[in-house]
This record gives sequence, C-alpha cells and structure tokens, in this order.
Amino acid sequence: MEQILQTIIIGLSNGLIFALVALGYTLVYGIIELINFAHGDLFMLGSFIAFVLISSVFVITADTPLTLMVAQIALIIAITMIATAAINLSIERVAYKPLRNAPKLAPLISAIGMSFVLQNIALLIFGPANKSVNAILPSVNILSAVGITGVTISAEQVFVAIVTIPLLIALTWFVNKTRQGRAMRATAQDPDTAGLMGVNVDRTIAITFLIGGALAGAAGVVQILYNNTSVWNLGFRFGLNAFTSAVLGGIGNLQGAVLGALVLGLINAFSDRYLAANWTNAIVFAVLIGILVFKPTGLLGQQLADRA
Amino acid sequence: MALLEIRDIHTYYGAIHALRGVTMSVEEGEIVTLIGSNGAGKSTTLRTISGLLRPRQGEIHLRGKRIDGLRPHEIVELGVCQSPEGRRVFARMTVHENLEMGAFSRREKVPTADYDRVYDLFPRLRERTAQRAGTLSGGEQQMLAIGRALMSAPKVLLLDEPSMGLAPILVEQIFTIIKTINESGTTVLLVEQNALMALGIANRGYILQSGEIVLTDTAAVLAGNEAVQRAYLGGD
Repeated sequence: MEQILQTIIIGLSNGLIFALVALGYTLVYGIIELINFAHGDLFMLGSFIAFVLISSVFVITADTPLTLMVAQIALIIAITMIATAAINLSIERVAYKPLRNAPKLAPLISAIGMSFVLQNIALLIFGPANKSVNAILPSVNILSAVGITGVTISAEQVFVAIVTIPLLIALTWFVNKTRQGRAMRATAQDPDTAGLMGVNVDRTIAITFLIGGALAGAAGVVQILYNNTSVWNLGFRFGLNAFTSAVLGGIGNLQGAVLGALVLGLINAFSDRYLAANWTNAIVFAVLIGILVFKPTGLLGQQLADRA
Repeated sequence: MALLEIRDIHTYYGAIHALRGVTMSVEEGEIVTLIGSNGAGKSTTLRTISGLLRPRQGEIHLRGKRIDGLRPHEIVELGVCQSPEGRRVFARMTVHENLEMGAFSRREKVPTADYDRVYDLFPRLRERTAQRAGTLSGGEQQMLAIGRALMSAPKVLLLDEPSMGLAPILVEQIFTIIKTINESGTTVLLVEQNALMALGIANRGYILQSGEIVLTDTAAVLAGNEAVQRAYLGGD
C-alpha cells in the first residue's frame, strides 16, 4: 500500500513536468495544426540553460542559505523561460512562418529538422555525456514533519508542484480571460475568420510560440533540479511522453494535456517500479499507438473536429 | 468620393486568374449587390477587399485611403467587416462570446447598447446567449454571423451569401433585417446567388461573370433586364 502511494507521488511529480511540455505541443497544434517536433528539444535546451546558470553563473550549492537559494532559483526560472521563449519565437520565424501556406507536410519536416538542429547544438556545446548538478534542494521528507511515515514527499517534489501548478493556473486564466487569450482561441478555431474579426493572426501565432517556449523553459529548470541531470537527447524521451500526453488528452485541448500528462506520469512511475525501467518507453509508445488506433480524439476530445 | 472603391483588381489562386479586372464602387448609405453564378468570383472579390487575398494588380480605396495590401485585421479596424460565406461562427464559443469576437477590433469598452442592438435585430439570439454557436441551427448561425460583423460597428458591411442553405421564409426574414441594418446607417455590399431577393432590396447591382463585371445598373433596371432574368432570375 505504502509502495503504491509512493509510486503515485512519483508519478504525479513526473506528470506535472510532462504537463508543462505537453501544453507546448498542444497549444501549437491547436493553433496551426503543426506537431512541433522540436518542442521536446527546446525543453532539453531549457534544462541545459538552467544547468549553466546553476553550476557556473549563480553557483548554487546545498550550502547556499535558503532565502538566497529561493531568490536565485526564481531568477533562474525567469531567465530560462525568457531564453526558451525567445528561441521558440525564432524557430517559428525561421522554420515555420515561411511555410504557413505550404502543404502540411512541409512544416512538419521543418520541425523534425529543427529538432536535429537543437540536439546538435547541445551536443556541440555540452558533449555526448550526461551533465549533472549536485542536489541542491534540501533532502527532507515533508510528511515526516507532520508525523506520517512510510511514504515520503521530498522537497524536490514540493518544488515541482510549487512551480508547475501556478503556471498551469496562469495559463488557463490567460487563455480564457484575456483579450489575447480570446484571440488565441478564435485563431485556433478558424484563423481566417479570426482575422476578419480584427485578430492579428501572425502576432497571435507568435505569442503562442512564446508561451509554449516559456513553459518548456520552466519545465527544463524543474527537471534539472528534480533529476539533477540532463543530456542532449533528453528531449526525445521527454518529448515522447509529453506528446503522448497531449494526444492522450485530446490534442489541442489544454485541460486534456494536463490530464494526459498526469496519467502518463503515473504510467511511467508504475512501469518503472513494477515492470522494468527499460520497458517504460515501449509502454509509452504502446499507449500512443493504442490511442491513435482506438480513440484518436483522446480522453477529453480533440478540439478541432467541429471546425466549421 | 465613393465610400468603397475597387479599381481594376486582379486576384489569383496560384496560377488561376480568378478576378480579371473587377471595378466597382459603393456609395455611402447604399446597398450594392454583387450577383453571379457559382465560381464567378463573388467570394474572391470580398476576400480580396477584406485582405484575405492580395490582388496582384489594381487598387482598393476606402474613403480615398488605399487599403489593398493591408492585412485583414487592419482593414477591419478601418471599418470594413465581413460576414463570410458559410457563416464561419466560432463553434466552440457561446453566442455572446461570438459577438464579443465581433467587437474585437474595437479597443474601447463596448457599450451594452451595441449588444442590445444585435439582440433586438435577432431576438432568437437573445434566447441563446449562453449556447455554443456550433449547436445553433443554420438560420441562427447566419443571424449570429451577421450580428457578429455588426459588432465591429462597420462603415461597410460585407455579406457573403447570407441566404445560402436557408429555408425560404428565413431568407425573407434575413433580407428584411439587412434592409433594416442599412436604414439605420450601415452601408452594405451584398454578395448573392439569390439575385431576385438581392435586387429586391439593393439600390444598385453588378453582375460578375468569370471574374469580370459584365453589367452594372440600378437594381430596378437589372431586375428588368432580359439577359439577367434568363441567367439569374430563373425567368425564360
């Protein structure tokens, strides 16, 4: 029982990180029907940017005083989000925007190319081996403080929740309550008509890439502080999970992406714990294929089928 | 000076020469109708005016200001709004949210009176404010598409086939409402396949054939023209 609870906690923590990346896939797909294969790699770059900031710029160690550490981590998250947002925006300008009116396959191939470019940039700068940071978050069990034993929630897991959950809430608010959010929803449903209503479609698409990029950056920081390591092809495994999450929830559907990510996080954790870690990728692929064959609209429904 | 003036525009779809020098004008306060059979280039003309397509040649002026080459959202802000062919309401948004989208180009706070004006024109929409647009009937969607375009407070309202796919009684209703909208001060450019109805409410008309204007006159004269009757009014 305790073991199962523990696995659930691990699964949900993983799932929250997947969710930030999955939202990037689903936002972009929702708005221009492009599967941005470079998105997982952008997340990888985010974790490397955080790696440099943690190990070389701010030089945070486990001995750094807590308040200073909190301030530095907040700053690192902000810098990384800005950097990955800017990179994603540039990718859109260079690799996708010129192909806006080309057949659908063209930007898709461009996205695969972008994925290789980002991976090779990481390979060139950081080399083929894993890069690690020391564990800097205090290793305490939050639950033992309130007298629960047997199950642990670590400071890292609390950190994951503290960063991801407010971002998820902020995104929901932005999309549903702001003028720019309305422009995004209208563009996702019908770009031409959104333009006829006065929406600047090009700008709206650019903002979507900015937001997706920023979320991937935040996920990158969270991942390196949670797992303490990054590698050039990290984007592939994470990207696979995040993309499967988005499809599982119904691609184009924001809540669906978060739900799908939590489910995928749990699948990962249970597979790692009770099966074997080297089977996990195969299981994720099986889930992906299963959804595409049996329920291509995902759990909460794809939000495109009703386009007029 | 005409409110909207189109001078010799040529528009292409890839290699297809869809508009071959269309020239027309719309004076302030008029209803002008553009009539033609399927594929004549009626929608292409409206899409070109709205900036969804760029003419390769020719000019479009709104009160003397050149607007061809501007992007769709800039053209709406200048006061030309379109209710597109096939209605194209935002299916996943509610009726009221669709109207809010119609007012998107207005940066100021939109007075409730403007929403009321649309709801007064289309009482059916008022009963369905919180309903998703995708679940409305075809006629209701058409009303919403027109109401949505009105929310931008346009100087010129472009209507693309508002009668398409509607029951005859609804068609009549829609045309009566278009007339009402015009009488309250909005200039209308109406694209229609239903020439009889369109000429019934319009001041002037243009006949479009294979991307070219072949005839123009007052609506009354066009409705009496034998060739027009044969081709578009089902007469013999």
